[in-house]
Amino acid sequence: MSEDSDTSDTWTLPARGRAGMVGLIFTETSFFAIFVVAYLYYVGKSTSGPTPAAVLHTPILASIVLLSSSWTIVLAMRALRADATGRFARWWLVTFLLGGTFLVLTAREWARLIGHDGLTIATNLFGTTFYTLVGLHALHVTVGLTLIALVFVLTLRGHVDVRHAERTEMLSWYWHFVDGVWVIVFLTVYVVGR
Amino acid sequence: MTLGRMPLFVWLMLTSSAQLLIALPPLTAAQVMLLLDRFLGAHFFDTQAGGSAVLWQHFFWLFGHPEVYVLVLPAFGIASEIIPVFSRKPIFGYPVMVAASVGIGLISISVWAHHMFAVGMSPAANSFFIASSFMVAVPTGIKIFNWLATMWGGKIRFTTPMLFCIAFLFQFLCAGLTGVMLAVAPFNWQLTDSYFVVAHFHYVIVGAIVFNIFAGIYYWFPKMTGRMMSERLGRWHFWLMVIGFNLTFGPQHIAGMLGMPRRIYTYEAGRGWEIWNQLSTLGALFQAAAILVFAWNAIVSLRRGAVAGNDPWDAWTLEWSTTSPPPEYNFATLPEVRSRRPLWDLKHPDDPDGPYE
Repeated sequence: MSEDSDTSDTWTLPARGRAGMVGLIFTETSFFAIFVVAYLYYVGKSTSGPTPAAVLHTPILASIVLLSSSWTIVLAMRALRADATGRFARWWLVTFLLGGTFLVLTAREWARLIGHDGLTIATNLFGTTFYTLVGLHALHVTVGLTLIALVFVLTLRGHVDVRHAERTEMLSWYWHFVDGVWVIVFLTVYVVGR
Repeated sequence: MTLGRMPLFVWLMLTSSAQLLIALPPLTAAQVMLLLDRFLGAHFFDTQAGGSAVLWQHFFWLFGHPEVYVLVLPAFGIASEIIPVFSRKPIFGYPVMVAASVGIGLISISVWAHHMFAVGMSPAANSFFIASSFMVAVPTGIKIFNWLATMWGGKIRFTTPMLFCIAFLFQFLCAGLTGVMLAVAPFNWQLTDSYFVVAHFHYVIVGAIVFNIFAGIYYWFPKMTGRMMSERLGRWHFWLMVIGFNLTFGPQHIAGMLGMPRRIYTYEAGRGWEIWNQLSTLGALFQAAAILVFAWNAIVSLRRGAVAGNDPWDAWTLEWSTTSPPPEYNFATLPEVRSRRPLWDLKHPDDPDGPYE
């Protein structure tokens, strides 16, 4: 054991933000897993309509929009690490717009389900689990968009440069996580649950 | 410092923290569902609309059982620091202790439904949760044997922290044995929601956790405040507590086996439960006296206790190499850790631990 004594000179504490974000993603995974389990447990157990097969349309456009925002945030992070603030701001804005589009598409889906199909959280077990799981994900998208908007405003006012790449990257990790959760939600609600 | 030299207390806090991250969200999620049921008319746990009350129990115990380990693992960490120092020996089987701690952390996530045998689950589910609950007893048993092996052949000093740790070993063994008994589904069906269960988990929560917290307070009080706690009052506290605790919760095993259910405030005369409840009441008085002695000890020692110095217990971990209480900056220069007992190495430069690890 004595020969590795040089490790104590080179060892550095992992960044606090990195440890915190890994912890957050870990615990959020557990949180979402419970809602996914509840969703799958109640598939087909509703005592009244409407059923998923009758009212759900696969949200292809919304999925493409949200998942591609993971790619644009990667491009934005590359630009920030290269200290190309202008390019960073542009890709960052594109990410925000894609996330915003996803929310608008979700809102339109909900408006149709509530207004046209009469499905609310109180209608049946499908409505209960659907709005809870999809809504919880949309809530996370909203939190992410708020933070992305904050960074964008700070960038426009000249407060963001390469020195903030580490912290901004933690926000991008959260965003990737939210996108990853969408893949699970999509498979649960629109593939398995239908 | 490397992971292989990290104090066991830190290892157990790490495991406990990781468990918290996994185990708390199910409770949050279940409460979100319950709130939606109550206020927005959702149907998660509404059996009239096809919902399931049993699902609530699963989610609750998916939090509830790991939570027990979240509480007890730091207590294990305290014992793992104190027992070696007062046995004058390094901890026995350090790598196995680490593996057992992480093993408990992992297995304990898969045992929750042993709280639900009486609900009426499928035989397959019952068998799974019986087996997993038995399995978690294995790393736990390893830890008990390793603490005993640390004491074996040691030059034991019966200070107040050590007394509390020794009582912890016996009482936690009782808790573990009744735990394994309750993990047997047919036995559980007989004693579910009885005072036997109440006795079992109080042997964990008080007999193990609270006793080790007391041990930790007596052990680290000098480091936190710069003054020793009174050993004389500490002994009074210890003996009153041991007698009071076992007198309160020991008889509850018997009351439970005689059929006394949990969560009742009174019962008919002539069920044969009176004497056991009277003993419990008597024990509670002893425990109350013990806590008063402890509080008195803490207050008096804070003002008039003997000055502790840096290292009153001749201990081996780094906190004892700095002043009591430690300065705000902890260490002026980053200490170099070359073994699991860095302060031993500093005290005995001719015989460092490194080559033996």
